[in-house]
Amino acid sequence: MADSTDRSLISSAQLNRHRIAYRVVLTLMVVIFTLVFIGPLYFLFADGLKSTQEAVQVPPTIIPAHVHPGSYTAAWSRVGLGRLLVNTLYYAFGALALQLVFDVAAAYSLSRLRPVLGNVIFALMLATLMIPATVLVVPQYVTVSDLPLLHLNLIGSPEAIWLPSVANAFNIFLLKRFFDSIPGDLLAAAAIDGASPLRTLRSVVLPISRPIIGVVSIFSLVAVWKDFLWPLLVEYGYNPSRETLNVGIFEAGSTTPQNLILAASAMAAVPTLVFFLVFQRNILSGLTAGSLKG
Amino acid sequence: MADLATLRKPAALSPARSRAGDRLAARARRNASAHGFLIGAVICFAFFSWYPICREIVMSFQKSSLGVTSWTGLANYERIFHDPTFWTAWKNTLEFTVLALIIGYAVPFFVAILLNELRHAKGYLRCLVYLPVMLPPTSALLLFAYFYDPTYGLFNDILRHLHLPVSQWVQSPGTGLPSMAMISVVIAATWMNMGGATLIYLAALQNIPGELYEAAELDGAGLLRKIRHVTIPQTRLVLSMLLLLQIVATMQMFVEAFILTNGGAGVNNNTLSVVNLIYQYAFALSGASNYNSASALGVVLMLVLAVFSGGYLWLTRQTDRLSRPPS
Repeated sequence: MADSTDRSLISSAQLNRHRIAYRVVLTLMVVIFTLVFIGPLYFLFADGLKSTQEAVQVPPTIIPAHVHPGSYTAAWSRVGLGRLLVNTLYYAFGALALQLVFDVAAAYSLSRLRPVLGNVIFALMLATLMIPATVLVVPQYVTVSDLPLLHLNLIGSPEAIWLPSVANAFNIFLLKRFFDSIPGDLLAAAAIDGASPLRTLRSVVLPISRPIIGVVSIFSLVAVWKDFLWPLLVEYGYNPSRETLNVGIFEAGSTTPQNLILAASAMAAVPTLVFFLVFQRNILSGLTAGSLKG
Repeated sequence: MADLATLRKPAALSPARSRAGDRLAARARRNASAHGFLIGAVICFAFFSWYPICREIVMSFQKSSLGVTSWTGLANYERIFHDPTFWTAWKNTLEFTVLALIIGYAVPFFVAILLNELRHAKGYLRCLVYLPVMLPPTSALLLFAYFYDPTYGLFNDILRHLHLPVSQWVQSPGTGLPSMAMISVVIAATWMNMGGATLIYLAALQNIPGELYEAAELDGAGLLRKIRHVTIPQTRLVLSMLLLLQIVATMQMFVEAFILTNGGAGVNNNTLSVVNLIYQYAFALSGASNYNSASALGVVLMLVLAVFSGGYLWLTRQTDRLSRPPS
């Protein structure tokens, strides 16, 4: 940090001169950030431990006066969190698997095999980035309920979440960009050894591409996990037992006591929080790689 | 000479032609396998992206009653333009977008500048800012709905302790500009989403060469002038990209208003967004659901957003060209 080429707005020398001011700002930031970002999470977990009366008591208590771990077990069974969790995992990992297979194959083809009209197809895919997903919910819903040509109704089946997730131009863009940067010599060597395109993809391209595949995987899992409107329409609307965590807790919200809803919300947050703490480095670095250069 | 060449050609041609034929066949094989790799994604795009885009436009010019679909020209557009809720929804969406820009665009920038100056606890603070982004939106929003509750909510309790007048928060009935209800939605949305923008700014700030600040200091520039003449110009591209991205994202607001007001759209529709209205047109349980009006509204929103996302893509390609060494 002391290196002059690695400096920021205020130089280290200046900081040393104003050491007390720096300490004050640092302490303030740590305190304020902890209050603002951890504070609500504290209430999310602590208020779920209150009894039903205490959760709606005036004035609210900061620390639960009587701890009721029973709220968590009651919320688990009342909201059916086990089923919601299984549903959400099934949707998220199914979508991830299909995206990895089809989007990696497509990006590889566009980057390295260069089929006829590949550029046109790629441009059409990128054009969909201009049209945000929520704008298309109605025609997408109508299409999924009666697929053209095939006349299949996917509403209520996991494919209604899985297949649309494959049509992700951003994934293909990121993967293609990465594949474009792989030295041609490596692939030429594989071709001279007589490797087929599939073999080259498996044994040469995929092993080098692990970082970008990690980024794409994390973002695709998080996207399905956080989605609300689409699963509300295609799964809940058809059969409430197929809803996701997000939709299930929301739907339980109006008929469940406040403390149980908070306990359920807290438990629903645990998987993503653990996921974030484990993959923190990849997520934070992937975020800037993905959105800045993407 | 020309005659000789044409005369000689047939003899030389047959092996060449078969070789060319082989090459053509090999190229066709390679092309077929290349399309084979592409086909899965193309089918998904066709069914779930390209077709719905066309379908939305077509449906907005149709009407369907009792299973019979017919063309109605601009009737759907006329109907939505005459619906007073259409204008309410646009007013609310623009209000949300502007408030979200004032709060959600400026705050991350200053937080990022501050973070970049810290020599300690940077990793911890970076982590904290991004934590809410990872939460399931329902968890975060139900928690905020609890904080916002006018009787037992935490926020009014804090106001009471400070001897300040309490508020109805999202349940405020006012429809003025800006309405308390919409400000409450923006606060929750900013808490949930500011992490992404902050970290992108931070990355951009870290890419600024230190020499520029040194040169500015040699010229006698103070802190504010360094920000104005070095930091902002150096991050201008990222700033404008994020501005467009955020406009596109905030104009699609749905889940915040939907969950905070329990599936409704606030008192007097004062948090109803355009996407909330699309949802109401198409899927509202009461009254006849109308996919065609919803499609017409979707097309209007699509056209508005396309301007901003088109600008974003153009800027992205500019940065791409700048960051890639000339080949």
